[in-house]
Amino acid sequence: MLRAAAQRLGGTIAKRRAFHTGARLQKEIEMFVDGKRVMVEEGSAIIQAAEKAGVTIPRFCYHERLGVAGNCRMCLVEIEKAPKLAASCAMPVMPGMRVITESAKIKQAREGVMEFLLANHPLDCPICDQGGECDLQDQSMRYGADRGRFGEAKRAVEDKDIGPLVRTTMTRCIQCTRCVRFINEVAGTGELGTTGRGNDMQIGTYVSRALASELSGNIIDLCPVGALTAKPHAFAARAWELTPTDSVDVMDALGSNIRVDARGAEIIRVVPRTNDAVNEEWLADKGRFACDGLKRQRLTVPLVRVDGRLEPAPWADALQLVAARLRATPPDRVRAVAGDLADAEALVALKDLLNAAGCERLGVDSPTNSEIDVRAAYTFNASVAGIEAADAVLLIGTNPRVEAPVLNARLRKPYLASTATFAVVGPACDLTYDYAHVDATAAGIDALARGQHAFAAELRAADRPLIVIGARALAEPGVAAAVARLAAAVPALVTREWNGLSVLQAAAGRTAALDIGYGSSKQDGSNRLDGSAARFVYLLGADGVAMRGEVDPEAFVVYQGHHGDAGAQAADVVLPGAAYTEKAATFVNTEGRAQRTRQAVPAPGAAREDWRIVRALSDTAGLPLAYDDIAGLRARMADVCPSLVSVGALEPTSLEIARLALDHQIKSGEEVGAGELPLAIDDYYLTDVVSRASRTMARASAAQRQQMEETAVPRNQQAI
Amino acid sequence: MFARTKLSAFSLAARNARTAQASTVRSFSGSRFARSGAIFVHRDTPENNPSIPFEFDAKNMAEAKVLIGKYPPQYKKAAMIPLLHLAQKQNGWTSISVMNYIAKFLEVPPMRVYEVATFYTMFNRSPVGKYFLQVCTTTPCELCGASQIVKTIEKHLGIKVGETTSDKLFTLVEVECAGACVNAPVISVNDDYFEDLTPEATVALLDSLKAGKPVTPGPVSGRRNCEPLGNQTTLTTPPPGPGFMLRSDL
Repeated sequence: MLRAAAQRLGGTIAKRRAFHTGARLQKEIEMFVDGKRVMVEEGSAIIQAAEKAGVTIPRFCYHERLGVAGNCRMCLVEIEKAPKLAASCAMPVMPGMRVITESAKIKQAREGVMEFLLANHPLDCPICDQGGECDLQDQSMRYGADRGRFGEAKRAVEDKDIGPLVRTTMTRCIQCTRCVRFINEVAGTGELGTTGRGNDMQIGTYVSRALASELSGNIIDLCPVGALTAKPHAFAARAWELTPTDSVDVMDALGSNIRVDARGAEIIRVVPRTNDAVNEEWLADKGRFACDGLKRQRLTVPLVRVDGRLEPAPWADALQLVAARLRATPPDRVRAVAGDLADAEALVALKDLLNAAGCERLGVDSPTNSEIDVRAAYTFNASVAGIEAADAVLLIGTNPRVEAPVLNARLRKPYLASTATFAVVGPACDLTYDYAHVDATAAGIDALARGQHAFAAELRAADRPLIVIGARALAEPGVAAAVARLAAAVPALVTREWNGLSVLQAAAGRTAALDIGYGSSKQDGSNRLDGSAARFVYLLGADGVAMRGEVDPEAFVVYQGHHGDAGAQAADVVLPGAAYTEKAATFVNTEGRAQRTRQAVPAPGAAREDWRIVRALSDTAGLPLAYDDIAGLRARMADVCPSLVSVGALEPTSLEIARLALDHQIKSGEEVGAGELPLAIDDYYLTDVVSRASRTMARASAAQRQQMEETAVPRNQQAI
Repeated sequence: MFARTKLSAFSLAARNARTAQASTVRSFSGSRFARSGAIFVHRDTPENNPSIPFEFDAKNMAEAKVLIGKYPPQYKKAAMIPLLHLAQKQNGWTSISVMNYIAKFLEVPPMRVYEVATFYTMFNRSPVGKYFLQVCTTTPCELCGASQIVKTIEKHLGIKVGETTSDKLFTLVEVECAGACVNAPVISVNDDYFEDLTPEATVALLDSLKAGKPVTPGPVSGRRNCEPLGNQTTLTTPPPGPGFMLRSDL
């Protein structure tokens, strides 16, 4: 009432609560494309209307997720009663408009555009990586001439060194500026631009530097020609030689949808797939380029430690040894740790096996808040798509730019639209948007709850407040309780139609592990693997515990995973598993959305799918699991946690249960510590076994470090 | 560049062959070899690198604040061109430090400033001499002997277009229309125009500048502004009164 009255009186802040979280729909208007009637949203461009009518208009510069540049002129169309052709990407639709997309006049105009583009474009298609999937190549089939009239020397442009990920051949550039718009609008780092003018205009960074964005690989996909190609797999394969497999990225907890392109048993590249609810059509650099790590440091045969050295052994021997030690160890001395890349199938199978052996001590490979009885306590409840509706965003102990770069690009959207304000509690980091820094320690959370910071008022006044808590920070003592107290002070935060209290997990396997029941144990006072009490440790792809030295040297350690990293080094028996590209497995992203990978290539050597290894071990140990095929296992998964098998869907926690968890936290009355909140990721490029084994990621990491030392130019600046 | 040079040599050879025997050999390039006036990437040099400090002095800072004040606070980047101009005046040329400073000043990524500075030819991104000579060689000046002026300067100073004298006193560039066609040919020395030039007057001007003698901007021919060079050829009679050339019955 008060707000409505204030609106009528002042009319300054016109914030109204919407019934929906998606983008607001405009009025639809009627128009005709090639005589076909279409209803399109008011304000959309002709090219979008044509798309809706099923007509694809050729284009180079237009991209639906970027701003309109209108500079390539390839999308010219005829509008009835208009004297000249119009660029359909930049021309808004009008009621009753009649558009013609194919005519002799249009063809001639597009041929003219194509001739100009080809005037300066080199004829190096045979050695160009874009060959076969090049927009210019494709469209010149239709609009190109079989000879040129251009007698002058072609323009040559110096290649730029923009880091170890993107290869440039700037002579091929047709200056569509898609890459410039992406880096400025979506990635938000703003270091690409156009320099010079006229014939000398070129795309580049002007000063020599590597792109600082974690999303830089996307400009390779956006480039309609071969000016920007991937450096790591340059000249490796042709597009038509590759076998595509739809899959899911596991390099961060967002679960970006990907397509794995393989040739034979070798993965050549990973490219994003469109999923508007998760990653739109972007993919972070680690997900895209760490795939060369899948070829190195692989565990291909079972290994058993003999006289301090890991020696190859047959599967039967390794499994028998593990089974014997498992049976010989008292159940309360057996612990399992779920790693960052563990899939739901293997997690369920391992839990069933160890539970059958009487063991209940199942942890995860990072400090976690053990409050996992309510799903809302560890998932990103606002949903990734819901970020766009948020109008006040508080980030607590997280740097989404490195923890989930694509999600950070989403956070930038309400920032660019000026519909949201941002604040950070925790270490200040270089995000791609401006924010108010409340406090580096968790004391800032309570300060906001008490209304001691200017942002507290904004948070309270917001219709859709969003609080993003880093999983690592949430594990700190007292943080969960402090966040619950803050949530109680922000009435719009957890309501029936909106739950803005969101946890950003840092590992792809984490949400599923918590769903299944790993990490619930408080037996040792913390969720860390307390090696002193354990005599048998099962590491399911868990390397973090070994890196942190939390494995007791006296314990018998089994490592099941795909890379020889810290975990395998600490192990007494190594069981070679399959990586995410080599198995059909379920991963649950940070929102709680179950998604499945598909097998793109076979696992190397004697490596096997992880759940099959656990199944085989259960037989050897005399505790056979009740299922022996994937269908049986998935049925069991549905019993354990139904959301694991409802692939692609989101199942929000009900308001009552979410509140229950918050009340429980408030009642605990825990106080926060004094130290700076920890962040989950230190070096973006080297976070898990795959990226640590990747040469490309090592180069990217080195380039980033070198650049940080060299440049003193502040990067935390607004781009647009 | 190497490839282009080679190509040009090849086309030259091809053209020679064509003129010699009127054969049907088709040259790869039919146009004159054209280099761009400046490079559009930055390379660190001892005199141009980001570690050289630049800041507005007190007077220019006050002026910069006035310039920014003309725009709404969220659109202060609109002041980019006037600020760059101001900074170029202070520094003599637009170094990378100048651009970085303006970027910081306007709170935009440095690339936004680089884009603007490379687009406009009047921002000198390499050092220029004390006297920046811009000779207009567009059609009206050309018709009045601009090429002669260019040649005179080149000969007198011993530099070519685009170069700076070794004493760092003069830099010579060709520009498009300076907007003083009535007084062609014209050269601008820093901010001042010297018009109606002849080779002799140009030499005299350069010598005066070199010697540090005061020079008067404007036409060197002695006429006032853009009045006719000789006597008036029109409007020589008293103006006719009302009713001139009208029918008597009106």
